[in-house]
Amino acid sequence: MIITVPWLKEHLKTSAKESEIIDQLTNIGLEVESITENSGEMGKFKIAKVLKAEKHPNADKLKVCDVTIGGNEILKVVCGAPNVREGLITIYAPPGAVIPKTNFELKIAKIRGVESRGMLCSESELNLSNESEGIIELKNKDKEIGKSYFKSSSQKAIDISITPNRADCLGVRGIARDLSSAGLGKLIQPKKKKVKQNSKHQIKTSITKEKNQGCDIFGSCYIKNITNRESPEWLKNKLIALGLKPISAVVDITNYVMFDLNRPLHAYDADKINTEIIVRNAKEGEEFEALDKNKYKLKKGMCVISDKSGVLGLGGIIGGTTTSTELETKNILLEAAYFNPSSIRKTARILNINTDAKYRFERGIDPNSIKEGLELATELILKICGGEASKFQISGKTSHKNNIINFKIEKFEKLIGIPINLKEVDKILSSLGFKCKKGQKALKVEVPSWRPDVNLDEDLIEELIRIKGFNNIKLIEPEKKRNKETLNFSQKLFHLSQRSLASKGYMEIISWSFTDSKIDTQFSKGKKEITILNPISSDLNVLRQSIFSNLAIYLKKNQDRGYEDLSLFEIGPTFFGKNPGEQQIVVGGLKSGIVNRKSWLDKERNIDVFDIKSDAIKTLVELGIDEKNLFVNDNTTNSYHPGRSGSITLKSEKGPHLAYFGEIHPAIIKNLDYRDKNVFGFEIFLKNIPEPNKKLRQSKKNFEASDYQKSERDFSFVIDKIFKIGTLEKIIREVDDNLIQNVSTFDVYEGENIPNDKKSVAINVTLQADDKTLSENDLDEISKKIIDTVSKKTGAIIRS
Amino acid sequence: MNDLEKISSVFNAKIDSVKSKDDLQAIKTEFLGKNGQITLQFKSLGSLEPEKRKKFASNLNKIKNDLTNQLEQKNIEIETNEINEKLKNEKVDITLPIRPDRQGKIHPVSQVIDEISSIFSEIGFTVAEGPDVESEFNNFTALNTPEEHPARDMHDTFYLEENKKLLLRTHTSPVQIRTMLSSKPPYKIIVPGRTYRCDSDQTHAPMFHQLEGLHIDKGITMGHLKGCLDYFIKEFFEVKNVKMRFRPSHFPFTEPSAEVDIGYKIEKGKIVIGEGNKWLEVLGCGMVHPNVLKNVKVDAKKYQGFAFGIGIDRLAMLKYGINDLRAFFEADYRWLSHFGFDPLDVPTNYRGLSK
Repeated sequence: MIITVPWLKEHLKTSAKESEIIDQLTNIGLEVESITENSGEMGKFKIAKVLKAEKHPNADKLKVCDVTIGGNEILKVVCGAPNVREGLITIYAPPGAVIPKTNFELKIAKIRGVESRGMLCSESELNLSNESEGIIELKNKDKEIGKSYFKSSSQKAIDISITPNRADCLGVRGIARDLSSAGLGKLIQPKKKKVKQNSKHQIKTSITKEKNQGCDIFGSCYIKNITNRESPEWLKNKLIALGLKPISAVVDITNYVMFDLNRPLHAYDADKINTEIIVRNAKEGEEFEALDKNKYKLKKGMCVISDKSGVLGLGGIIGGTTTSTELETKNILLEAAYFNPSSIRKTARILNINTDAKYRFERGIDPNSIKEGLELATELILKICGGEASKFQISGKTSHKNNIINFKIEKFEKLIGIPINLKEVDKILSSLGFKCKKGQKALKVEVPSWRPDVNLDEDLIEELIRIKGFNNIKLIEPEKKRNKETLNFSQKLFHLSQRSLASKGYMEIISWSFTDSKIDTQFSKGKKEITILNPISSDLNVLRQSIFSNLAIYLKKNQDRGYEDLSLFEIGPTFFGKNPGEQQIVVGGLKSGIVNRKSWLDKERNIDVFDIKSDAIKTLVELGIDEKNLFVNDNTTNSYHPGRSGSITLKSEKGPHLAYFGEIHPAIIKNLDYRDKNVFGFEIFLKNIPEPNKKLRQSKKNFEASDYQKSERDFSFVIDKIFKIGTLEKIIREVDDNLIQNVSTFDVYEGENIPNDKKSVAINVTLQADDKTLSENDLDEISKKIIDTVSKKTGAIIRS
Repeated sequence: MNDLEKISSVFNAKIDSVKSKDDLQAIKTEFLGKNGQITLQFKSLGSLEPEKRKKFASNLNKIKNDLTNQLEQKNIEIETNEINEKLKNEKVDITLPIRPDRQGKIHPVSQVIDEISSIFSEIGFTVAEGPDVESEFNNFTALNTPEEHPARDMHDTFYLEENKKLLLRTHTSPVQIRTMLSSKPPYKIIVPGRTYRCDSDQTHAPMFHQLEGLHIDKGITMGHLKGCLDYFIKEFFEVKNVKMRFRPSHFPFTEPSAEVDIGYKIEKGKIVIGEGNKWLEVLGCGMVHPNVLKNVKVDAKKYQGFAFGIGIDRLAMLKYGINDLRAFFEADYRWLSHFGFDPLDVPTNYRGLSK
């Protein structure tokens, strides 16, 4: 909502300075978003005449024009508008002018080799309308060439952001009322209108009875023998200051009343109405052409204004072309009606129309403002256009009854924390138009018809504190007390995994929860896409089913920027259905490149699957899982290279599934066209990590260290190639839990001297007893036991 | 000169020329070995007369101790020389670079969420969460935003179904609803999380982070709301005083509603939070609307309280001088290296929130 101070002062008697007004607006909840200085700036736009328009030597669609703004100077301007031609009168913006639409300051520039001094403007560039097809064509302005187009040059436009509950402030009067309540002046009561209403109303109006009739009441005035014309300067200036384009007196007056009183009106060319006006529900498929030049096909039940021939307009939203007023119009029907907000909203949403009237009706217009609106508009029309007005004809009646709230004023202190007395309550509410009457237990407050948003005690409390001032609320220091743990187990895991991975050289990224279906499907083969109905772009069209999808995209982008050794991770939701809760938190990491790149110390090598395995395992251990309980096997998904990837489960192969890790499948690497094709990844599924029922300190065994020496023995087995070394280590470990402290493989060999289907595995075993130093005999005995067990369970042979 | 004096003087003459461990071993064997000169003297003790034997034995022991000491000294001398000699040859160019390594970082949004959690933890808030996909009921209807409410227009919503029943949450407020539906009052929660609106330009991203706060108990007033936010803003920006302004506003789920601005100024091209005569909008808040409490079956006669919503990304931008919101989500390695945090910088209240 834009206002100017002079307009405001027509409703508010005040000596307050502009800056005070602006501050107070914000303080009472009418937030000032911007103040546009229309003065000097808009004065730069001049009425100009095109003297000559010739084809640009280097561009087919451009013309080089000679333009005059009076005086002797001829300005060369390059213009691309299709309608630019010799003799056209239009608006010229000189270098240095700021184009309102783009906020772009014009400079003298060469366009395809020809210097252009300034430009010729379209309506859209000047924010006059959305018309951007060609430049403005002005008629009958020959005598005004060289003058500024915007004459209201000294007015500041104050743009106020009106919250959806405050429909009443979509008119200057409502804003004035709020300011007066806040002590910034006195609301000026409107003068009694003396309008002659002697002629006969020539058109019957009616509202049909229907189940969902969107219109309660339809008021109108028939005005005959008018002379429609260009509006007088004062009216045009008012509208231009708000950024509107003056059209004709009749249309400008309806707009003026809308912005002044928040009372939308509509004017019909009465001679174009067939017989009578019927407000009814549309039939399915009915069509009409609206003033925005679009043809709309209506749905059953939309509220329309019609005549005998068909639909004339969508009530409260937009009028139609068949009955629109022109400069030649002689007789008009002026409409002021009340339309149901939800009906307006539904219709406008389905047809995708947004107009100033719709914006107001859907928020709630004062249902009792029909007469006032008709009076003001009729008075102005008679004054400017002449003619004779009829008495107002009102069809239907308003269902509105002023709301009464039995307000217990002590509730104010209970909610806000500071007291308020009856006198102050009465003063504030009365100044806002509420009527207060002292009842026995409570204050009887009658809500004015222009405040449909006020229904409850809390709404009144808001009005009171808003005007009293939020700065009067005393703050209460918070109490520093903690009754519950701040984070639960899974939240702690979330935080810990972030720190854990970042400390392993991974850079944390946060990416969208949605992704490109073409990428996502590669990591979620065979799963149904979870599509977003209205995605922001076609490459962000599905909820991600894999944490890898975006990581893969961004890994590539970084590689393409020339970064090779990358480790990225993200922790966030992945989705497995479109219902709330069908999601889980996954920690995903991708790693590419080389270890020891260009190191003078160590040999370069590619990252391999054991690097990524190490990252996954160490992270799980840091998340609180005993490494001994991690079980690794090779069942993984299509995201991974089948021979170089693994799955980690808790305690056994059938235990809770904790993670996948491995080389990313070469087919995916190829599809994504990576520069560095050596890419590895892991996924950790936090929800599968069980919450221990004891704290670590409670579950830890007592500290016992053997005082006796430990011994080590190396074994070298020849075993089937396909036999898993993890299993072999486990078999050895289980030979004697007490004596065997550690089992670790230090060499794997295939090739010469070893049969084709076998491999040689060298394992170091650490042995230690609690009660003695193991003797040679003891060691021989346990070694034999290890060899026997292994050979029995695996068929392996010890190498001599 | 008797035999012992002779042995001693021969030893003294020889020990000076000892240069290595081998020499030392040789001289040790010569005098103290199995057939060494001193050892032989000990063997000869038995053949001496008792009165002579006592004196001789005493002298012999003295000499043996003396020799042993000298050998010991010599050993230390040789070892010291050996180390010094070795050190001479072990000089590296210490200005050579260290082994290449990958430096991981925590994303600024994660860091800021940790900071916020730490601050609210102090005054007894716990962290709650909810799903990213929400029902229309939890996201709008239960929050006193019925279907035809114009406030719905202000949320450009991503939908998952034609009938618009399932959507990506446009704010973290539905977690209020979930929390209140699933447990009994009082409630004292913060909800950091991802939120979505189909809106994308320089200052809007289709996904962003919000922090919801909810405190419902008996007798919680707008004074508590003001105190809570004043505490939070000061702690977060780590300043003693913050100019703060509560401005009336409107949200369907709170009544009264307010927006909060904080004062700032620009000094040497950098933003200084807390003072100055410019205002910056940082959050929206208000007293929970009785209709919301009714929708979740909380007795509004007994319980009341406040809610607030803060843009986390924006807080991070303000505190750490980040200009472009979109860059948060573009995973540019250079940006992450620049604005990311060391994993060891865990925000705590005793060590300070930030370095």
